[in-house]
Amino acid sequence: MNSAASAVQLEEVVFRWPRARQPSLAIEQLTIKRGERLFVRGPSGSGKSTLLGIIGGVNQPQQGRVEVLGQDLRDLGTAARDRFRADHIGFIFQLFNLIPYLTVRENVLLPLRFSRRRAGLLGGRGQAEALRLLAHLGLETMSERIATDLSVGQQQRVACARALLGAPELIIADEPTSALDADARGAFIDLLLAECAAAGSTLLFVSHDGGLANHFDRQIDLCQLNGCPT
Amino acid sequence: MRAILHLAWHSLAHRRGTVLLTLLSIAFSTLLLLGVERLRTEVREGFAGTIAGTDLIIGARTGQIQLLLYSVFHLGDATNNIRWESFEAVAKQRQVAWAVPISLGDSHRGYRVVGTTPAYFEHYHFGHDQTLGFVSGGPFQQLYDAVIGAEVAEKLGYRLGDRLIVAHGTGNVSLKQHDDKPFQVAGILAPTGTPVDRSVLVSLEAIEAIHIGWTPELRRPDDLKPRAITAMLVGLKSRAAAFQMQRFVNDYSDEPLLAVLPGVALAELWKFTAVAEGALRLIAGFVVLVGLIGMMTAILTGLEARRREMAVLRAVGAQPLHLFALLLTEAIAVTGAGLAAGLALLYAAVAVAGPQLTARFGLHLSLRPPTQSEWLLLALVFGAGLLLAVVPAIRAYRQALADGLIPKL
Ligand SMILES: Nc1ncnc2c1ncn2[C@@H]1O[C@H](COP(=O)(O)OP(=O)(O)OP(=O)(O)O)[C@@H](O)[C@H]1O
Ligand SMILES: [Mg+2]
Repeated sequence: MNSAASAVQLEEVVFRWPRARQPSLAIEQLTIKRGERLFVRGPSGSGKSTLLGIIGGVNQPQQGRVEVLGQDLRDLGTAARDRFRADHIGFIFQLFNLIPYLTVRENVLLPLRFSRRRAGLLGGRGQAEALRLLAHLGLETMSERIATDLSVGQQQRVACARALLGAPELIIADEPTSALDADARGAFIDLLLAECAAAGSTLLFVSHDGGLANHFDRQIDLCQLNGCPT
Repeated sequence: MRAILHLAWHSLAHRRGTVLLTLLSIAFSTLLLLGVERLRTEVREGFAGTIAGTDLIIGARTGQIQLLLYSVFHLGDATNNIRWESFEAVAKQRQVAWAVPISLGDSHRGYRVVGTTPAYFEHYHFGHDQTLGFVSGGPFQQLYDAVIGAEVAEKLGYRLGDRLIVAHGTGNVSLKQHDDKPFQVAGILAPTGTPVDRSVLVSLEAIEAIHIGWTPELRRPDDLKPRAITAMLVGLKSRAAAFQMQRFVNDYSDEPLLAVLPGVALAELWKFTAVAEGALRLIAGFVVLVGLIGMMTAILTGLEARRREMAVLRAVGAQPLHLFALLLTEAIAVTGAGLAAGLALLYAAVAVAGPQLTARFGLHLSLRPPTQSEWLLLALVFGAGLLLAVVPAIRAYRQALADGLIPKL
């Protein structure tokens, strides 16, 4: 799968939420190249988060093909899809990214507990790598604090460290900056882009704020891509 | 899975306030359940231990429970006596190894006076086949010698050689005080945890003497020969002869007698108390159930607030099954810790209240390890906790599937 040229490949995908009357998402074709930094824009309710759930293998489309890192997700069972996500994808959400009862360091280490692959890649250096990432993101003094003690901006940076730990091939960020003020927003995006570049990860960044698009290689408007009226 | 254990531990530690409350409610309900069970078995063992080594109890014809209760436990009064000749007739039967007469009806400052023979000290066994021991002195030898039980000695502060007066009737205040017949303490018994502790033992002749108002000048010593007794305890040469002997006594033609096998009479007694015991156990069981349902409710309500947490766990690769396992693990930990704490509370309660119970009711609550039936109860509670915990665990599983990475709030 490492040889695949594209990080994400969607074809003829149609997705409908279980109790919804109409599909929320219909995408004819979407390709994200390896190492690409893609910005997906769309207003609230346009299906951005839904798309990310499909690529993450959490939600399955009723139709179409979803290929991530050369792996057709239809070929995987539910447990295998969860394992695949743990092994290859790092997620960052808008808010409340952290497990409230774990320390910052334990939050960052969480992916290693669910992914043997990422733990294996780091060998015994998991702790050191977590601390290195935290230091890089300006959080070295916070590592033993309980997650909820941190400011929102700090929490987002912890989530960033967690997503990057073990250098997964794909980083998916779902409006990670919408809770931050303008200054913090720009700083956070620069940090995220730099870390992704350092790790060689593909970045899929989703937001309703089109003003952020200029940080990225390419941008897509989900309203145009999505064949469903929203 | 280690990740789940790790998460469960930190999650519980984070919510330790509410977790502790849930744990305590399970602990105290467990204490109640085990306490009821332990008291029940201790009462039974205590009763059985009071008549160890006696094969037959014989008295006037009444109900077998009644005979058992008044002759051995000094509960209630005999309606009729049996003649001395009947005692002798039974005692000389071939199968009889020993026979001890018991004459009740008198009291000393609220404690029962038991008229008997020195054979009593040899043949009365209690507990696990223990014989009566003397703290000081020995069996009665003189006519007005008395042997007192441990509690009598302690409560009334009697020592060897002290004088005491025996009253007719069993009340504390009595009309006819035999105050012209002062008895003397000749022996003090070691504690037994049986009604013997609360008894004053004298010879049958002494009982007879106080009743006929005997003084050496008035009548001949022959008149002190006992004429009637209340009951007799019989030991047989072979247990196998018990039924035969029982039939002989029950068919005795000179006088209506009743012979009971202590074990059978006790079983009959437990049949009566079984309803009350069952009710107690049922109540204790419901209290435990309420505790467990409380736990389930706490988890269920907590689940709503944990939706984001679950979504984050899903994002880092947790399967819905992992979330199911997480909630189940938390419930198992709380139930298990609650049970352990309940058991610890039981031992603490036994250690603290045990001596009181022994002193007041003659119940020996020992610090022994849980019995098989107690383990069974614990397992039952654990199983019920597990079963109830599956409810929120399933809810979490389905929630995980429905929410995916986007918790609906
Ligand atoms: N868990 C769910 N169950 C059912 N329907 C859902 C679920 N999540 C989202 N939807 C529906 O799918 C549609 C797209 O929602 P989605 O969350 O993907 O939009 P979004 O672009 O991420 O919006 P926002 O910018 O507000 O996050 C909406 O109509 C929403 O109601
Ligand atoms: Mg969204």
